[in-house]
Order: sequence, then C-alpha cells, then structure tokens
Amino acid sequence: MTAPWGRSAWVILCSLLVAYALTIVPLPAWASAARPQWVALVLVYWCMAVPHRVGVGVAWLAGLAQDALQATLLGQHAFSYAIAAYLVLKLHQRIRVYPLGQQSMIVLVLLLMIQLIQVWVNGLIGRPQPPVDYWLAPLVGTLLWPWVFIAMRGIRRRYGVS
Amino acid sequence: MSVGLMTLDHRQHLSSPVQEMALTVVYPVHFVVNLPFEVVESVGEQASSRRALIDENARLRNQQLLNEARLQRLDQLERENIRLQGLLDSAYEVEHSVLIAELMRVDLDPYRHILQVDKGRRHGVFSGQPVIDAYGVMGQIDNLGRSSAVVRLITDPSHAIPVQVNRNGLRAIAYGTGRLRELDVPHLPNNADIRPGDLLVTSGLGGGFPSGYPVAKVTDVAQEPGHPFARVKAEPLAELDRSREMLLVRTRMRDPGRGDIDASAAYIMPEEPEDGS
Repeated sequence: MTAPWGRSAWVILCSLLVAYALTIVPLPAWASAARPQWVALVLVYWCMAVPHRVGVGVAWLAGLAQDALQATLLGQHAFSYAIAAYLVLKLHQRIRVYPLGQQSMIVLVLLLMIQLIQVWVNGLIGRPQPPVDYWLAPLVGTLLWPWVFIAMRGIRRRYGVS
Repeated sequence: MSVGLMTLDHRQHLSSPVQEMALTVVYPVHFVVNLPFEVVESVGEQASSRRALIDENARLRNQQLLNEARLQRLDQLERENIRLQGLLDSAYEVEHSVLIAELMRVDLDPYRHILQVDKGRRHGVFSGQPVIDAYGVMGQIDNLGRSSAVVRLITDPSHAIPVQVNRNGLRAIAYGTGRLRELDVPHLPNNADIRPGDLLVTSGLGGGFPSGYPVAKVTDVAQEPGHPFARVKAEPLAELDRSREMLLVRTRMRDPGRGDIDASAAYIMPEEPEDGS
C-alpha cells in the first residue's frame, strides 16, 4: 500500500496497452489462430494480484476497448471478461497460493470459458462456427501463463503496484 | 445486465455513433502497431538503389503507356455507350470519383474477413462504401472511425454482393464463404447459362455497389440432378490478401451528401470525357 494510486493505475494501464498491441500485431496466417488472449491473461493476473484495484468494472471496460479494437460486436469481449474477472475475484485468495501448474489449469478453464462465450455470442448473431483451431488460443495461453505470471510479478514488484 | 443490453443494442445497429467513437478512441493503438511497418517500408524505399528505382520507373512508364492506349479505346466505347443509353432514356452513371486508402498492418478478428484502412469519416468515407483494388471489388466499409475504417471483404461469410454474368447479363448474388479464394453463387437453377470462366461483374442492384466492376471468375459449376439449384463457385479477382492500396469508390446513389465533409478535395475525380456530341 505504499505506492500512490496514480502510479499503480499507470502501470496497469500500460500493461493493458501492451497486451492490446500484442493482440493486433500482424502474425503470419499459420500462427494467427494460436495467438493467445493477451488481454485476458493480463486481466486475470491483475484481478488475482490486486483485486481491490482491478475488478469486474475494469475488466468490462478493457473488454469493451478490445471490442472496439478488433471490430467485434461491442460488449462481446466485455461480457466474457467481466465474468472471468468475477470468478477470479471470488477465488483469488486460493489461486494466489496455488503452485504455477495448478494455476495454469485454472487459467485454462477461464480462457476456455472466455472463448466459449465468444462462440456463443457469435452463434446468437448468426456467425458461422469457428474452425477447430479456434480452441488453440486458450491452450497456448495456458502454456504461456507461467511466464506471464513471472513477468507480471516482476513488473508488479518493480513498480510497487499494490 | 448492461452487457446483454449492449449486445442487443449493437445487433440492431443502433449504436453507430458509439461504434464510431470507440473506433476513434482505439485509433492510437492501431496507429502505434502499424508504425514500425510503415517505418521499415519507408526506410526500405529510401535505401533502394538508384538503379532499381530507374528500372521501376521505366517499367511503370511502359505500363502507363499501355494503360493509356487501352483507356483511349475504353473512352470511345464509353461515350458510345452513354449515347446509346441516352437513346434508350436510361440512367447511366458516368464516372465515379475515388479515394485511395492504404491498408493498416493490424490483425483484427482472424475469423472474419475484415481489414483496416487509414481513411475515415474525416476523409469523407461513409458506411457501406464500395472498396475496390486494381483487379476487382474487394468489399465495403463496415465500421467507421474518424480517421480509420474497417472494410468487410466480399469473402466474409456475412457478405453478399449482387452480381451478373458479364457474358449474358444473368443476375445472381455472390456470397462470401469464409475462404479467401472462393465465393458461393447459390440459387441459380440447374439450367442456368453459366460456365466456368465466366466473369461476374457487379450488377448495381441493391444500390450498394455501382454496376460494372469485376468481382469474380466462375471456377466451378456442378449440376446435380437431385438438387434444385446448381452449385456455382467463383474466385474473387481482387487480390484480397495482397493489395496494400485500395480505392474507395464514391457512388452517387448512396452518397449521403453531408455538408460537413471538407475533405472532398482528397477525392480524385477522373477526367470527364470531353463532350464530343
């Protein structure tokens, strides 16, 4: 609780901006399906580490921004991120003390749920079913989680976000 | 829940100002991601040798000459066409002004065929505006921001474009399939006069696209006796995944004619054919 509120907010905002940039930076076609849900990963981390700062509201706004960014239906990512954030808030005290492997499993469930909600919304508005490799993104995200976690923890400690 | 409301709201397309604002707000992120590619490209151009530039110049000049020669014939044909159409008393659009837009190097949703371009409402772009490249129709403007816009390609599964067979005027609708080199032309009867190799051009029906722009080439016609309709596949002519520059066509029929567009100077008006009559 030493860092001023302003600096924490900046650090969180910057990490989200980097995640947005990673979300839309062009990848070769074969890799684009495997692009992890960076924004979701970053949000899950912040929800877990500083639940009093980043909660359902922030996640909802972050999702809305991603909808604007990717020209998806406004509210689509917002909805799924808000639900994911709610679950993390409920469980954050347990997730925090899990070993990394077990954490990854929780993250896998969250990421799959986010993808599932996307599919569901897409289905509601009459878009065709995505191909099978659509489900690759949560798997890649899960594999990356330990590194994301360590990197984000480094950032959090370095800048004293609390 | 507010989110559910949002979704519904958007589905009815009630929130286009909101959408525009959203796209404008995130424009900086798009811009920053696009920037390194721009820089690399311009450095590459700076560093390319004089020799290569001279070669390219010569090549382009030859191309220009060829195009000029073909245009002369086209001009004459068009004038003749206008005269004949005039005799028939039908409305015919003479020329369309175009705006050149450049692709921004950002990946949007990989499961839809959409692109982002660097022109927006500020430049006089409007929603539903046709987008073409040097070879054919690419798609139309979907979301609109102040200085960027999202283009929905003709191969997007939710896109359909009214076309006609250039050879005999047979009308049809070409649907996107979600595959980049394939369009679907359903609802043509088994005995329809359509063959592989036929050119599909926009028919101008529906009011979205002006008539006469090439869209696709028919690749495959399968007539199955058990089915009421022939299965017709076509391949888009535009280089949907390769074109960097594209042209936004300003149609007269759907131009919303707002007074606040001060950027109309950005549009390049093709020279009007001289009044020869």
